[in-house]
Amino acid sequence: MAPEKAVVLLDERVSPFGQRVRIALAEKGVEHEYREEDLTNKSPLLLKSNPVYKKIPVLIYDGKPISESLIIVQYIDDVWVHGTPLLPTDPYERANARFWAYFVDKKIYDCGARMLKYTGEAHEEAKEEFMENLKLLEGELQDKTYFGGENFGLVDMAFVPFTTWFYTFEFYGNFSIEKEFPKLVAWGKRCMERESVSKSLQDPLEVYELLAYLIKKKYGKV
Amino acid sequence: MAGDQELKLLGSWASPFVIRARIALNLKGVGYEFLEEGLGTKSELLLKSNPVYKQIPVLIHNGKPICESMIIVQYIDEVWAAAGPSILPSDPYDRAIARFWAVYIDDKWFPLLWKIIIAKADDEETAEAAEQVIAGLQLLEEAFEKCSKGKDFFGGKSVGCIDIALGCYFGWVKAAEKMAGVKLLDKEKIPLLMGWAERFCSADAVKELMPEVDKLIEHGKMVRARLNAAATN
Repeated sequence: MAPEKAVVLLDERVSPFGQRVRIALAEKGVEHEYREEDLTNKSPLLLKSNPVYKKIPVLIYDGKPISESLIIVQYIDDVWVHGTPLLPTDPYERANARFWAYFVDKKIYDCGARMLKYTGEAHEEAKEEFMENLKLLEGELQDKTYFGGENFGLVDMAFVPFTTWFYTFEFYGNFSIEKEFPKLVAWGKRCMERESVSKSLQDPLEVYELLAYLIKKKYGKV
Repeated sequence: MAGDQELKLLGSWASPFVIRARIALNLKGVGYEFLEEGLGTKSELLLKSNPVYKQIPVLIHNGKPICESMIIVQYIDEVWAAAGPSILPSDPYDRAIARFWAVYIDDKWFPLLWKIIIAKADDEETAEAAEQVIAGLQLLEEAFEKCSKGKDFFGGKSVGCIDIALGCYFGWVKAAEKMAGVKLLDKEKIPLLMGWAERFCSADAVKELMPEVDKLIEHGKMVRARLNAAATN
Protein backbone atom coordinates (compact mmCIF):
# COMPACT_ATOMS: atom_id res chain seq x y z
CA MET A 1 0.00 0.00 0.00
CA ALA A 2 1.28 3.49 -0.83
CA PRO A 3 2.47 5.51 2.16
CA GLU A 4 0.09 8.16 3.51
CA LYS A 5 0.67 11.49 1.81
CA ALA A 6 1.98 14.06 4.25
CA VAL A 7 -0.48 16.47 5.86
CA VAL A 8 1.03 19.61 7.33
CA LEU A 9 -0.88 22.41 9.04
CA LEU A 10 0.75 25.83 9.32
CA ASP A 11 -1.11 27.52 12.11
CA GLU A 12 -0.96 29.68 15.21
CA ARG A 13 -2.33 28.26 18.42
CA VAL A 14 -4.62 31.16 19.31
CA SER A 15 -6.13 31.72 15.87
CA PRO A 16 -9.88 30.95 15.72
CA PHE A 17 -9.48 30.36 11.97
CA GLY A 18 -6.74 27.81 12.58
CA GLN A 19 -8.89 26.21 15.26
CA ARG A 20 -11.61 25.55 12.70
CA VAL A 21 -9.17 23.51 10.64
CA ARG A 22 -7.82 21.64 13.70
CA ILE A 23 -11.39 20.69 14.64
CA ALA A 24 -12.10 19.46 11.09
CA LEU A 25 -8.93 17.36 10.99
CA ALA A 26 -9.78 15.88 14.39
CA GLU A 27 -13.36 15.12 13.36
CA LYS A 28 -12.00 13.20 10.37
CA GLY A 29 -9.22 11.56 12.37
CA VAL A 30 -6.57 12.87 9.98
CA GLU A 31 -3.04 12.48 11.27
CA HIS A 32 -1.02 15.56 10.50
CA GLU A 33 2.04 17.53 11.43
CA TYR A 34 1.23 20.76 13.24
CA ARG A 35 3.68 23.63 12.75
CA GLU A 36 3.33 26.69 14.92
CA GLU A 37 4.08 29.90 13.04
CA ASP A 38 5.57 32.99 14.61
CA LEU A 39 3.52 35.62 12.80
CA THR A 40 6.12 38.28 13.57
CA ASN A 41 8.65 36.17 11.71
CA LYS A 42 6.80 34.13 9.08
CA SER A 43 8.46 31.00 7.80
CA PRO A 44 9.62 30.73 4.17
CA LEU A 45 7.20 27.81 3.82
CA LEU A 46 4.26 29.96 4.86
CA LEU A 47 5.25 32.79 2.54
CA LYS A 48 5.66 30.33 -0.33
CA SER A 49 2.44 28.45 0.46
CA ASN A 50 0.19 31.50 0.82
CA PRO A 51 1.84 34.25 -1.22
CA VAL A 52 -1.42 36.17 -1.70
CA TYR A 53 -2.37 36.68 1.95
CA LYS A 54 0.71 35.34 3.86
CA LYS A 55 -1.68 34.17 6.59
CA ILE A 56 -2.41 31.05 8.56
CA PRO A 57 -4.01 28.58 8.54
CA VAL A 58 -2.53 26.81 5.52
CA LEU A 59 -3.05 23.11 4.97
CA ILE A 60 -0.42 21.41 2.86
CA TYR A 61 -1.41 17.98 1.54
CA ASP A 62 0.98 16.04 -0.61
CA GLY A 63 2.98 19.23 -1.11
CA LYS A 64 -0.01 21.28 -2.32
CA PRO A 65 -1.13 24.24 -0.16
CA ILE A 66 -4.70 25.31 0.54
CA SER A 67 -5.54 28.60 2.29
CA GLU A 68 -8.60 30.25 3.87
CA SER A 69 -10.13 28.34 6.77
CA LEU A 70 -13.62 27.71 5.38
CA ILE A 71 -12.15 26.60 2.04
CA ILE A 72 -9.75 24.27 3.90
CA VAL A 73 -12.62 22.72 5.89
CA GLN A 74 -14.60 22.05 2.70
CA TYR A 75 -11.46 20.61 1.11
CA ILE A 76 -10.93 18.28 4.08
CA ASP A 77 -14.52 17.12 3.68
CA ASP A 78 -13.94 16.49 -0.05
CA VAL A 79 -10.73 14.52 0.42
CA TRP A 80 -11.43 12.46 3.55
CA VAL A 81 -14.83 11.26 2.40
CA HIS A 82 -15.05 8.34 4.78
CA GLY A 83 -14.92 10.32 7.99
CA THR A 84 -17.72 12.31 9.65
CA PRO A 85 -19.41 14.41 6.93
CA LEU A 86 -18.74 18.09 7.62
CA LEU A 87 -21.34 19.35 5.17
CA PRO A 88 -24.87 18.06 4.53
CA THR A 89 -25.51 15.96 1.42
CA ASP A 90 -28.61 17.84 0.29
CA PRO A 91 -27.70 20.78 -2.03
CA TYR A 92 -30.11 23.20 -0.34
CA GLU A 93 -28.78 22.35 3.12
CA ARG A 94 -25.23 22.71 1.79
CA ALA A 95 -26.01 26.15 0.40
CA ASN A 96 -27.52 27.09 3.76
CA ALA A 97 -24.42 25.82 5.61
CA ARG A 98 -22.12 27.86 3.37
CA PHE A 99 -24.33 30.92 3.80
CA TRP A 100 -24.17 30.87 7.60
CA ALA A 101 -20.48 29.94 7.74
CA TYR A 102 -19.64 33.02 5.69
CA PHE A 103 -22.10 35.05 7.77
CA VAL A 104 -19.92 34.29 10.80
CA ASP A 105 -16.91 35.75 8.97
CA LYS A 106 -18.62 38.75 7.44
CA LYS A 107 -20.97 39.73 10.23
CA ILE A 108 -19.87 38.26 13.54
CA TYR A 109 -16.08 38.43 13.47
CA ASP A 110 -15.94 41.80 11.75
CA CYS A 111 -18.22 43.74 14.10
CA GLY A 112 -17.10 41.80 17.18
CA ALA A 113 -13.57 42.96 16.44
CA ARG A 114 -14.72 46.56 15.92
CA MET A 115 -16.59 46.45 19.21
CA LEU A 116 -13.40 45.40 20.95
CA LYS A 117 -11.19 47.93 19.20
CA TYR A 118 -13.23 51.10 19.30
CA THR A 119 -14.63 53.42 21.94
CA GLY A 120 -17.44 55.95 21.95
CA GLU A 121 -19.94 56.02 19.09
CA ALA A 122 -18.02 53.59 16.88
CA HIS A 123 -18.06 51.09 19.74
CA GLU A 124 -21.79 51.53 20.35
CA GLU A 125 -22.57 51.09 16.67
CA ALA A 126 -20.43 47.97 16.44
CA LYS A 127 -22.03 46.56 19.60
CA GLU A 128 -25.54 47.10 18.26
CA GLU A 129 -24.63 45.40 14.99
CA PHE A 130 -22.91 42.58 16.88
CA MET A 131 -26.00 41.91 19.01
CA GLU A 132 -28.27 41.98 15.93
CA ASN A 133 -26.04 39.48 14.18
CA LEU A 134 -25.85 37.15 17.17
CA LYS A 135 -29.65 37.29 17.26
CA LEU A 136 -29.80 36.27 13.59
CA LEU A 137 -27.40 33.43 14.26
CA GLU A 138 -29.41 32.23 17.25
CA GLY A 139 -32.50 32.43 15.05
CA GLU A 140 -30.84 30.03 12.63
CA LEU A 141 -29.84 27.64 15.44
CA GLN A 142 -33.23 27.62 17.21
CA ASP A 143 -33.51 24.42 19.23
CA LYS A 144 -31.28 22.25 17.08
CA THR A 145 -28.45 20.28 18.65
CA TYR A 146 -26.01 21.80 16.19
CA PHE A 147 -26.33 24.27 13.32
CA GLY A 148 -26.09 21.17 11.13
CA GLY A 149 -29.08 19.59 12.93
CA GLU A 150 -28.03 16.33 14.47
CA ASN A 151 -24.69 16.57 12.68
CA PHE A 152 -21.84 18.79 13.82
CA GLY A 153 -20.71 20.59 10.68
CA LEU A 154 -19.31 23.58 8.82
CA VAL A 155 -21.29 26.31 10.57
CA ASP A 156 -20.60 24.84 14.01
CA MET A 157 -16.88 24.73 13.18
CA ALA A 158 -16.98 28.26 11.79
CA PHE A 159 -18.47 29.75 14.94
CA VAL A 160 -17.38 27.60 17.87
CA PRO A 161 -13.86 29.09 18.21
CA PHE A 162 -15.52 32.44 18.86
CA THR A 163 -17.37 31.04 21.87
CA THR A 164 -14.05 31.25 23.70
CA TRP A 165 -14.15 34.97 22.89
CA PHE A 166 -17.52 35.41 24.62
CA TYR A 167 -15.95 36.38 27.92
CA THR A 168 -13.92 39.08 26.16
CA PHE A 169 -16.93 40.31 24.15
CA GLU A 170 -18.96 40.54 27.36
CA PHE A 171 -16.23 42.43 29.17
CA TYR A 172 -15.75 45.06 26.46
CA GLY A 173 -19.40 45.14 25.42
CA ASN A 174 -20.74 45.26 28.93
CA PHE A 175 -23.50 42.71 28.42
CA SER A 176 -24.15 39.04 29.14
CA ILE A 177 -24.19 36.73 26.14
CA GLU A 178 -25.75 33.97 28.27
CA LYS A 179 -28.62 36.26 29.23
CA GLU A 180 -29.21 37.62 25.72
CA PHE A 181 -28.49 34.46 23.71
CA PRO A 182 -28.92 31.42 25.97
CA LYS A 183 -29.34 29.01 23.05
CA LEU A 184 -25.96 29.98 21.61
CA VAL A 185 -24.28 29.48 24.96
CA ALA A 186 -25.95 26.07 25.44
CA TRP A 187 -24.89 25.10 21.92
CA GLY A 188 -21.30 26.14 22.70
CA LYS A 189 -21.28 23.89 25.75
CA ARG A 190 -22.59 20.96 23.70
CA CYS A 191 -19.80 21.51 21.16
CA MET A 192 -17.21 21.51 23.93
CA GLU A 193 -18.30 17.97 24.81
CA ARG A 194 -16.73 16.89 21.52
CA GLU A 195 -13.08 16.05 21.93
CA SER A 196 -12.22 17.62 18.57
CA VAL A 197 -13.46 20.95 19.93
CA SER A 198 -12.24 20.85 23.53
CA LYS A 199 -8.74 19.89 22.43
CA SER A 200 -8.53 22.59 19.76
CA LEU A 201 -9.86 25.64 21.59
CA GLN A 202 -8.20 27.93 24.07
CA ASP A 203 -9.39 28.70 27.56
CA PRO A 204 -11.61 31.86 27.53
CA LEU A 205 -9.50 33.56 30.21
CA GLU A 206 -6.35 32.97 28.17
CA VAL A 207 -8.17 34.48 25.17
CA TYR A 208 -9.19 37.49 27.27
CA GLU A 209 -5.65 38.07 28.54
CA LEU A 210 -4.21 37.92 25.05
CA LEU A 211 -6.88 40.10 23.44
CA ALA A 212 -6.77 42.65 26.28
CA TYR A 213 -3.02 42.89 25.83
CA LEU A 214 -3.30 43.37 22.04
CA ILE A 215 -6.15 45.88 22.35
CA LYS A 216 -4.22 47.96 24.86
CA LYS A 217 -1.04 47.75 22.77
CA LYS A 218 -2.62 48.58 19.43
CA TYR A 219 -5.49 50.86 20.38
CA GLY A 220 -4.53 52.11 23.82
CA LYS A 221 -7.86 50.87 25.14
CA VAL A 222 -8.21 49.32 28.60
CA MET B 1 -34.70 14.81 -9.63
CA ALA B 2 -34.40 18.22 -11.23
CA GLY B 3 -37.58 17.94 -13.31
CA ASP B 4 -40.54 20.31 -13.43
CA GLN B 5 -39.63 22.94 -10.91
CA GLU B 6 -40.50 26.47 -9.99
CA LEU B 7 -37.39 28.58 -10.44
CA LYS B 8 -37.23 32.34 -9.97
CA LEU B 9 -34.23 34.65 -9.92
CA LEU B 10 -34.49 38.05 -8.26
CA GLY B 11 -31.96 40.37 -9.81
CA SER B 12 -31.00 43.36 -11.88
CA TRP B 13 -29.54 43.59 -15.40
CA ALA B 14 -26.55 45.60 -14.15
CA SER B 15 -25.47 43.46 -11.23
CA PRO B 16 -22.39 41.31 -11.89
CA PHE B 17 -23.50 39.06 -9.04
CA VAL B 18 -26.80 38.38 -10.77
CA ILE B 19 -25.02 37.73 -14.06
CA ARG B 20 -23.11 34.95 -12.31
CA ALA B 21 -26.31 33.10 -11.42
CA ARG B 22 -27.68 33.56 -14.94
CA ILE B 23 -24.51 32.21 -16.56
CA ALA B 24 -24.69 29.14 -14.33
CA LEU B 25 -28.33 28.56 -15.22
CA ASN B 26 -27.51 28.96 -18.93
CA LEU B 27 -24.64 26.48 -18.67
CA LYS B 28 -27.09 23.93 -17.32
CA GLY B 29 -29.81 24.85 -19.84
CA VAL B 30 -32.28 25.57 -17.04
CA GLY B 31 -35.26 27.87 -17.60
CA TYR B 32 -36.30 30.36 -14.94
CA GLU B 33 -38.42 33.43 -14.33
CA PHE B 34 -36.32 36.60 -14.01
CA LEU B 35 -37.76 39.19 -11.66
CA GLU B 36 -36.06 42.56 -12.10
CA GLU B 37 -35.52 44.66 -8.97
CA GLY B 38 -35.41 48.40 -9.65
CA LEU B 39 -32.47 50.55 -8.51
CA GLY B 40 -33.09 51.84 -5.01
CA THR B 41 -36.14 49.65 -4.40
CA LYS B 42 -36.44 46.31 -2.67
CA SER B 43 -39.51 44.20 -3.32
CA GLU B 44 -41.44 42.41 -0.57
CA LEU B 45 -40.31 39.12 -2.08
CA LEU B 46 -36.65 40.15 -1.87
CA LEU B 47 -36.93 41.29 1.75
CA LYS B 48 -38.73 38.09 2.66
CA SER B 49 -36.31 35.84 0.74
CA ASN B 50 -33.08 37.47 1.90
CA PRO B 51 -33.85 39.02 5.28
CA VAL B 52 -30.18 38.90 6.36
CA TYR B 53 -28.57 40.88 3.54
CA LYS B 54 -31.63 42.19 1.62
CA GLN B 55 -29.58 41.89 -1.60
CA ILE B 56 -29.83 40.41 -5.05
CA PRO B 57 -29.32 37.86 -6.47
CA VAL B 58 -31.71 35.46 -4.78
CA LEU B 59 -32.58 32.17 -6.45
CA ILE B 60 -35.93 30.80 -5.35
CA HIS B 61 -36.24 27.10 -6.12
CA ASN B 62 -39.65 25.59 -5.35
CA GLY B 63 -40.22 28.37 -2.84
CA LYS B 64 -36.86 27.97 -1.08
CA PRO B 65 -34.46 30.91 -1.33
CA ILE B 66 -30.72 30.62 -1.90
CA CYS B 67 -28.62 33.77 -1.42
CA GLU B 68 -25.08 34.95 -2.19
CA SER B 69 -23.98 34.67 -5.82
CA MET B 70 -21.17 32.10 -5.54
CA ILE B 71 -23.27 29.96 -3.17
CA ILE B 72 -26.06 30.10 -5.78
CA VAL B 73 -23.60 29.06 -8.52
CA GLN B 74 -22.45 26.06 -6.47
CA TYR B 75 -26.06 25.15 -5.71
CA ILE B 76 -26.96 25.22 -9.42
CA ASP B 77 -23.90 23.11 -10.19
CA GLU B 78 -24.93 20.51 -7.59
CA VAL B 79 -28.66 20.34 -8.34
CA TRP B 80 -28.27 20.22 -12.12
CA ALA B 81 -25.02 18.25 -12.05
CA ALA B 82 -25.95 16.02 -14.96
CA ALA B 83 -27.52 18.75 -17.09
CA GLY B 84 -24.39 20.52 -18.27
CA PRO B 85 -20.63 20.84 -17.83
CA SER B 86 -19.31 20.97 -14.27
CA ILE B 87 -18.87 24.50 -13.04
CA LEU B 88 -16.74 23.57 -10.02
CA PRO B 89 -13.75 21.34 -10.86
CA SER B 90 -14.11 17.68 -9.95
CA ASP B 91 -10.70 17.40 -8.31
CA PRO B 92 -10.85 18.52 -4.64
CA TYR B 93 -7.62 20.53 -4.85
CA ASP B 94 -8.68 22.32 -8.03
CA ARG B 95 -12.03 22.97 -6.38
CA ALA B 96 -10.32 24.56 -3.37
CA ILE B 97 -8.23 26.74 -5.70
CA ALA B 98 -11.36 27.81 -7.60
CA ARG B 99 -13.06 28.79 -4.34
CA PHE B 100 -9.91 30.61 -3.23
CA TRP B 101 -9.80 32.83 -6.31
CA ALA B 102 -13.56 33.46 -6.18
CA VAL B 103 -13.18 34.75 -2.60
CA TYR B 104 -10.09 36.81 -3.54
CA ILE B 105 -11.92 38.39 -6.46
CA ASP B 106 -14.88 39.41 -4.28
CA ASP B 107 -13.15 40.31 -1.02
CA LYS B 108 -9.91 41.90 -2.23
CA TRP B 109 -10.15 42.83 -5.89
CA PHE B 110 -13.70 44.02 -6.48
CA PRO B 111 -13.74 46.58 -3.62
CA LEU B 112 -10.84 48.32 -5.40
CA LEU B 113 -12.76 48.40 -8.67
CA TRP B 114 -15.81 49.68 -6.86
CA LYS B 115 -13.74 52.48 -5.36
CA ILE B 116 -12.90 53.64 -8.87
CA ILE B 117 -16.52 53.46 -9.99
CA ILE B 118 -17.94 55.52 -7.14
CA ALA B 119 -14.99 57.90 -6.75
CA LYS B 120 -15.60 61.60 -6.87
CA ALA B 121 -12.98 63.58 -8.77
CA ASP B 122 -10.22 62.44 -6.40
CA ASP B 123 -7.30 61.65 -8.67
CA GLU B 124 -4.94 60.38 -6.00
CA GLU B 125 -7.19 57.72 -4.54
CA THR B 126 -8.47 56.64 -7.94
CA ALA B 127 -4.97 56.31 -9.36
CA GLU B 128 -3.90 54.22 -6.37
CA ALA B 129 -6.98 51.98 -6.63
CA ALA B 130 -6.33 51.55 -10.37
CA GLU B 131 -2.77 50.40 -9.67
CA GLN B 132 -4.08 47.85 -7.19
CA VAL B 133 -6.76 46.63 -9.62
CA ILE B 134 -4.05 46.10 -12.25
CA ALA B 135 -1.82 44.29 -9.73
CA GLY B 136 -4.77 42.03 -8.89
CA LEU B 137 -5.35 41.31 -12.57
CA GLN B 138 -1.70 40.34 -12.90
CA LEU B 139 -2.13 37.84 -10.06
CA LEU B 140 -5.18 36.50 -11.86
CA GLU B 141 -3.19 36.30 -15.11
CA GLU B 142 -0.79 33.91 -13.31
CA ALA B 143 -3.74 32.00 -11.87
CA PHE B 144 -5.21 31.69 -15.36
CA GLU B 145 -2.01 30.20 -16.69
CA LYS B 146 -1.99 27.58 -13.91
CA CYS B 147 -5.70 26.76 -13.93
CA SER B 148 -6.39 26.74 -17.67
CA LYS B 149 -3.47 24.40 -18.46
CA GLY B 150 -3.39 25.78 -21.98
CA LYS B 151 -7.13 25.56 -22.56
CA ASP B 152 -9.66 28.35 -23.22
CA PHE B 153 -11.00 29.02 -19.73
CA PHE B 154 -9.98 28.91 -16.06
CA GLY B 155 -12.31 25.92 -15.98
CA GLY B 156 -10.49 24.23 -18.88
CA LYS B 157 -12.60 23.43 -21.93
CA SER B 158 -15.72 25.12 -20.63
CA VAL B 159 -16.69 28.12 -18.52
CA GLY B 160 -16.15 27.31 -14.85
CA CYS B 161 -16.23 28.80 -11.39
CA ILE B 162 -13.39 31.33 -11.67
CA ASP B 163 -14.45 32.34 -15.18
CA ILE B 164 -17.88 33.20 -13.80
CA ALA B 165 -16.51 34.86 -10.66
CA LEU B 166 -14.21 37.20 -12.63
CA GLY B 167 -15.88 37.47 -16.02
CA CYS B 168 -19.10 38.90 -14.60
CA TYR B 169 -17.19 42.09 -13.77
CA PHE B 170 -15.83 42.63 -17.26
CA GLY B 171 -18.42 45.20 -18.32
CA TRP B 172 -17.87 47.13 -15.09
CA VAL B 173 -14.10 47.15 -15.62
CA LYS B 174 -14.61 48.82 -18.99
CA ALA B 175 -17.16 51.21 -17.46
CA ALA B 176 -14.70 52.13 -14.70
CA GLU B 177 -12.02 52.85 -17.28
CA LYS B 178 -14.25 55.38 -19.03
CA MET B 179 -15.75 56.86 -15.86
CA ALA B 180 -12.40 57.53 -14.23
CA GLY B 181 -10.18 57.90 -17.29
CA VAL B 182 -7.83 55.10 -16.21
CA LYS B 183 -6.49 52.14 -18.19
CA LEU B 184 -7.10 48.86 -16.41
CA LEU B 185 -7.06 46.38 -19.29
CA ASP B 186 -3.57 46.39 -20.75
CA LYS B 187 -2.71 43.74 -23.35
CA GLU B 188 0.97 44.13 -22.50
CA LYS B 189 0.40 43.37 -18.82
CA ILE B 190 -2.35 40.73 -19.02
CA PRO B 191 -2.18 39.15 -22.48
CA LEU B 192 -3.68 35.82 -21.44
CA LEU B 193 -6.59 37.43 -19.61
CA MET B 194 -7.36 39.68 -22.56
CA GLY B 195 -7.65 36.63 -24.82
CA TRP B 196 -9.70 34.87 -22.18
CA ALA B 197 -12.05 37.86 -21.75
CA GLU B 198 -12.92 37.84 -25.44
CA ARG B 199 -13.65 34.12 -25.38
CA PHE B 200 -15.64 34.45 -22.18
CA CYS B 201 -17.84 37.29 -23.44
CA SER B 202 -18.63 35.38 -26.65
CA ALA B 203 -19.39 32.06 -24.95
CA ASP B 204 -22.94 30.90 -25.58
CA ALA B 205 -23.90 30.92 -21.92
CA VAL B 206 -22.58 34.46 -21.47
CA LYS B 207 -22.96 36.55 -24.60
CA GLU B 208 -26.51 37.83 -24.13
CA LEU B 209 -25.99 38.65 -20.49
CA MET B 210 -23.12 41.15 -20.64
CA PRO B 211 -24.58 44.65 -20.40
CA GLU B 212 -23.55 47.43 -22.76
CA VAL B 213 -20.77 49.51 -21.27
CA ASP B 214 -22.53 52.84 -21.94
CA LYS B 215 -25.59 51.66 -20.02
CA LEU B 216 -23.36 50.56 -17.15
CA ILE B 217 -21.68 53.98 -17.09
CA GLU B 218 -25.10 55.64 -16.85
CA HIS B 219 -26.10 53.24 -14.10
CA GLY B 220 -22.78 53.72 -12.31
CA LYS B 221 -23.24 57.48 -12.31
CA MET B 222 -26.68 57.09 -10.75
CA VAL B 223 -25.37 54.78 -8.04
CA ARG B 224 -22.49 57.18 -7.38
CA ALA B 225 -24.86 60.14 -7.11
CA ARG B 226 -27.11 58.29 -4.65
CA LEU B 227 -24.17 57.23 -2.49
CA ASN B 228 -22.74 60.72 -2.42
CA ALA B 229 -26.16 62.21 -1.60
CA ALA B 230 -26.59 59.70 1.23
CA ALA B 231 -23.13 60.51 2.57
CA THR B 232 -23.84 64.20 2.82
CA ASN B 233 -27.25 63.79 4.51
